[in-house]
Amino acid sequence: MSATLITTILFYTFAAVLVVAALGVVTSRNPVHSAFFLVLAFFQSSMLWLLLEAEFLAVVLVLVYVGAVMVLFLFVVMMLDINVEELRQGYTRYLPLGLVVASVVIVEIAHVIWFRSQDLPLLTTPAARPADYSNTKELGAVLYTEHVYAFELAAVILLLAIVAAITLTMRRRPGLKVQNIAKQVAVRRDDRVRLVKVDAVKDEEG
Amino acid sequence: MVTISHYLILAAVLFSVSVAGIFINRKNVILLLMCIELMLLAVNFNFIAFSRMHDDTVGQVFVFFILTVAAAEAAIGLAILVVLFRSRHSVNVEELDTLKG
Repeated sequence: MSATLITTILFYTFAAVLVVAALGVVTSRNPVHSAFFLVLAFFQSSMLWLLLEAEFLAVVLVLVYVGAVMVLFLFVVMMLDINVEELRQGYTRYLPLGLVVASVVIVEIAHVIWFRSQDLPLLTTPAARPADYSNTKELGAVLYTEHVYAFELAAVILLLAIVAAITLTMRRRPGLKVQNIAKQVAVRRDDRVRLVKVDAVKDEEG
Repeated sequence: MVTISHYLILAAVLFSVSVAGIFINRKNVILLLMCIELMLLAVNFNFIAFSRMHDDTVGQVFVFFILTVAAAEAAIGLAILVVLFRSRHSVNVEELDTLKG
């Protein structure tokens, strides 16, 4: 079997599973199942990105999305006690509208791709890169030089997300025993110590 | 023979599935967030395919930043969702009418 045939088979396999997983996310009855279908979709996408020779992003997708974001989703879905049946009402009512909008979107995009493929090299297969090509090295070379401000901005955005998420979800419970450091430091000797003069008592029974 | 347009069509299919998902699951905030994640994934597909076509890594750098922003968006969105559920005991979009939007 030639390499192109193997690539084609791999592409169609991954693409089919990806589309099925996306449909599963949209249509499944239970939000937990949707989250797991989304995990499957991310895995398939990372395989397809490997076929596109974007190795670093494929690994990052699995690490960040499957490892962090989807775990967060699953935590939230399992933590909240959601009444699924109530949320499913109107499901079939909006199904035709959703299908119409989806088909309009896909026809439009396909039309644009078909139209632009006459003057862009969309119908060509890019030549495979040599075996010693390092995608991570290439990406790092531009990320830390040309795009370093954007990179630092991304770090600030992540810090902002941490602060926002913690401030939103933190709550003060009444009756919780916490230390008040300022009050502890400001305390004087007179507030705590009371000298009591006790008269010596003679033991009369002895 | 897998060409660039194969990937573009696949991204279009993925995007339209998630658009349909937003219409179908219009009451459940969690599923709406998941559909937005799928849409961002489809957009990333386009970026990577074009980056491969032009043999230019800037497209992949952009995908990197989209992944960052999407992770931040998911974290804040889920935090809002948790606060919302704590006060309203529901994630139904139709009950969120305090602002009368």
